[in-house]
Amino acid sequence: MPSPDRTDVGRSIRSRLSDLRTRLVGDTGDDESPVRTDGGATVSRGSAGTGLSDRLRSPRNSRFVGSLPFWLPPFLLMGLFVYGAIGWNFLISLTDMEGFGDPDYSTLDFQQYAELFGSEAFINAARNTFVLLIAFTVLCLVLGLVLAILLDRTLRLQNTFRLVYLLPFSLSFVVTAQLWAWMYDIDNGIINSVLSLGGLSPDWIGNPQLVLGAVIFALVWQFSGYAMVVFLAGLQAIPDEHFEAARIDGASTIKMYWRVIIPQLRGSVISALVVLMIGALKAFDFLYALFGQYRPAAGADILATLMVREAYSNQHWAYGSAIAIVLYVLALLVVIPYLYSQYRRGAL
Amino acid sequence: MSQETVTADATDGESSTSDLRDAIGGKRILLYAVLALIAVYFLVPLEAGLVTSFKTNEAVINTAPYLPPGPDGFTLQNWAEALDTLSSGLVNSLVMTIPATVLGALFGSLAAYGLTQISWKGQIPIFALFVAGVFIPYQAVLVPLSQFWSMIPLETALSPLWALPLLEPYHADLIELIVTHTSYGIPISTVLFRGYYMGLSDEMVEAARLDGAGVFEIYRRIVLPLSGPMFAVVLIYQFTQIWNELLFALILVGGTGPSAPVTLSLVGLGTSLEGVDFGLRMAGAFLTALPTLLVFIIFGDQFAQGVAGRT
Repeated sequence: MPSPDRTDVGRSIRSRLSDLRTRLVGDTGDDESPVRTDGGATVSRGSAGTGLSDRLRSPRNSRFVGSLPFWLPPFLLMGLFVYGAIGWNFLISLTDMEGFGDPDYSTLDFQQYAELFGSEAFINAARNTFVLLIAFTVLCLVLGLVLAILLDRTLRLQNTFRLVYLLPFSLSFVVTAQLWAWMYDIDNGIINSVLSLGGLSPDWIGNPQLVLGAVIFALVWQFSGYAMVVFLAGLQAIPDEHFEAARIDGASTIKMYWRVIIPQLRGSVISALVVLMIGALKAFDFLYALFGQYRPAAGADILATLMVREAYSNQHWAYGSAIAIVLYVLALLVVIPYLYSQYRRGAL
Repeated sequence: MSQETVTADATDGESSTSDLRDAIGGKRILLYAVLALIAVYFLVPLEAGLVTSFKTNEAVINTAPYLPPGPDGFTLQNWAEALDTLSSGLVNSLVMTIPATVLGALFGSLAAYGLTQISWKGQIPIFALFVAGVFIPYQAVLVPLSQFWSMIPLETALSPLWALPLLEPYHADLIELIVTHTSYGIPISTVLFRGYYMGLSDEMVEAARLDGAGVFEIYRRIVLPLSGPMFAVVLIYQFTQIWNELLFALILVGGTGPSAPVTLSLVGLGTSLEGVDFGLRMAGAFLTALPTLLVFIIFGDQFAQGVAGRT
């Protein structure tokens, strides 16, 4: 069998490939079955004769078909559980399913949504959701960036500090909630035992004014280490010459970071945001574990907790599904610009 | 100069971190002091939890929360009780997490490979669906998910299995959770793998293709062996995500049945009408966290480097 290899690759790869080839005799059928090249041949008949043999060698269609067994099963599984379920959820939100029994799909309307947008509990939860999302992501990004810049300037102990900052990221929200319930404990917790020296002992969890801030502070503790890792990687990918050039220009350290270095970290911001968003969407776990029930303390109700409570505690299935659709639309407001920017960058 | 001695024996830093960056500003002692202070913020909740888990109820109230217990306030009772209550949850979590993690990573790798091999415009919308799947609020699929699993009589359908040793009917719940977690793990692992595969050199794959190697052979002999670093990231990430998850367990298992994963069992631990037993709670929290903490302590560097390789 003469080698069709026309590329100029190294001898080692060649020997590895010829080894591969001996194993492959008679096993090329899945890539170049005659049934599919048939279609390619008819199309290329109009063009000059050179196209035909090329097409037979690496036919695009057969590559597509050959790739199907790889991505189609995972795609179908995900499609069923993600998109199938969301579609079904939307359908349920149009019914008035409540209590026990199956949903009645014969009369569909937007009544649940009308009720939703007139509900004070919903408006309140939506407001808290926005505050939580924005404060959480901004604080994580800022703290992560500061930590990364500081760590980037160390040689000793860098990996040790990185591990310490990343440790909370490995914990479950349920565990974080236990740890911070103890930190915030009104009588014996660390925070109040320090503050009581100044005569203060606020009820972090019970006071509606404070509870959301306390929740955000604990979530930032858990996730800023991950933002740090992403930023640190971004910083270390910036060539030393950029630092040197700024030095020679006489820029101060702060100016150098602000004008030269940070603008190059846009990619890191986006990839940190992905994980922060996934984390923020799971804030339900934290709140449920902190309060031990479906209803968080006043002032800490978010759409995620409201939805689960309405559906699984009050059995208002259709109403809960409508809240879920609102949450999904909120997520889409983040996803669509993200997808678009990835597409523009050619990353899709 | 002192910088020279630092770089000479520096074994801890990344290769790309230069002597120059370390020298900028020069106030190195201040820098390390700030880093240590921030490390305190990250460690205090863990430290306070750990010392509290070894305290008797009296010591929890009477000693400062960050100090270790005195000799008369020390006890292992909390750990013993937590282990007793959570042991079945720990086993359930392990039985559920390992297959779901491995399957999710494998499916993700396969899908990503399939989607880098097509030279076909249609792959962009298909991949976009995977990416959008990463950002699913679980609430958006919850009601249909519980409807779906209540329609499928898994426990009766698999009844011959329960005759086998070590298998019990309640394991049907765990199978539901495995399938569920695998499915929702596919988007993120596909996205991570695809980013990695796009960065791999085309030359070897192209050469093998011209040599007549089929797509399966190329995957098995070239792409899979090169996927090691990304498998490390995806497996670590998925293991922590699935081990730590609560909502699906709460909805699909509910309450504290025999199939409850450990996160579900931990929620109610140490709470009673008389108040909260923080010593017991902290011991339970650390038992729950132990597997993922160990994974991060052992593989944390690999994870951070894998994340670095991606950006």
